[in-house]
Amino acid sequence: MSDTIHTSVDAKGLSCPMPIVKTAQAVKAVPAGELIEVLATDPGSVKDFAAWTRSTGNTIVEQTEDDGVFRFVIKRA
Amino acid sequence: MATETPAAEAAKDEAAEAQLTEAIAAEAQPDAGAAPIQRQLVVINWSGEFDKVLPTLIMGSVAAASGYKTSVFLTFWGLLPFVKDEKRITGDGMMQKMLSFMQRPGISHMKMSKMNFMGMGPWMIGKLSEQYNVASPQELLEACQLMGVEFLPCQMTMDMFGLKREDMIDGLGDPVGAATVLELMTEDHTGSLFI
Repeated sequence: MSDTIHTSVDAKGLSCPMPIVKTAQAVKAVPAGELIEVLATDPGSVKDFAAWTRSTGNTIVEQTEDDGVFRFVIKRA
Repeated sequence: MATETPAAEAAKDEAAEAQLTEAIAAEAQPDAGAAPIQRQLVVINWSGEFDKVLPTLIMGSVAAASGYKTSVFLTFWGLLPFVKDEKRITGDGMMQKMLSFMQRPGISHMKMSKMNFMGMGPWMIGKLSEQYNVASPQELLEACQLMGVEFLPCQMTMDMFGLKREDMIDGLGDPVGAATVLELMTEDHTGSLFI
């Protein structure tokens, strides 16, 4: 997990479904195996990103919360 | 060593192998990306109101974002928001024109199915959406189109309202009928919604 973040998506303040939609759009330009960081404040995004990665085959490799901001690090399948 | 052994044995082997493959796949779950199931969402969008079209666009954009093959069938009133915003009166005949006068087409002119109150409902929802950063129908439609959601206008509705291809927004699929949608809805790994 020492790899660097390839792309960062700032979805802070956005409501469903935009964090997922923005991430899916950003992921298209990311090569397989690279890491994408997503910042979101929508509490629903915790379950939504879990479901989204299950659907798409991408993997959440790190997930933290800091003062209401959720940070997901996702590995592109 | 019985008479049908070769075939029966081969079938048995095959079954065992399939079971094993399945077990291995289940074990190695997160990266089952090798043989992905192509899932599909089909939405029949038959209402033209804000509070019906919004969920259609939300589910459509998320499905496409999640790798689902996504189709939205636009029929009856549900076709009208997909007329270009700047079109005011559409159709040829008197009644078609009157209908477009009574319900202005275009995604920016949708009413609410509940609490419309002469436009006060949509205005209040618009204000709240802004405050809570909820995406607008226009943004969601753009996202849907970017992510490859296929919008299929209903040919019969186009005829009935006198709508032509040039009245409709860009990027719609070819007009189709119910049989096309039914076929999509009954494919494997498909969820369908009637909104």
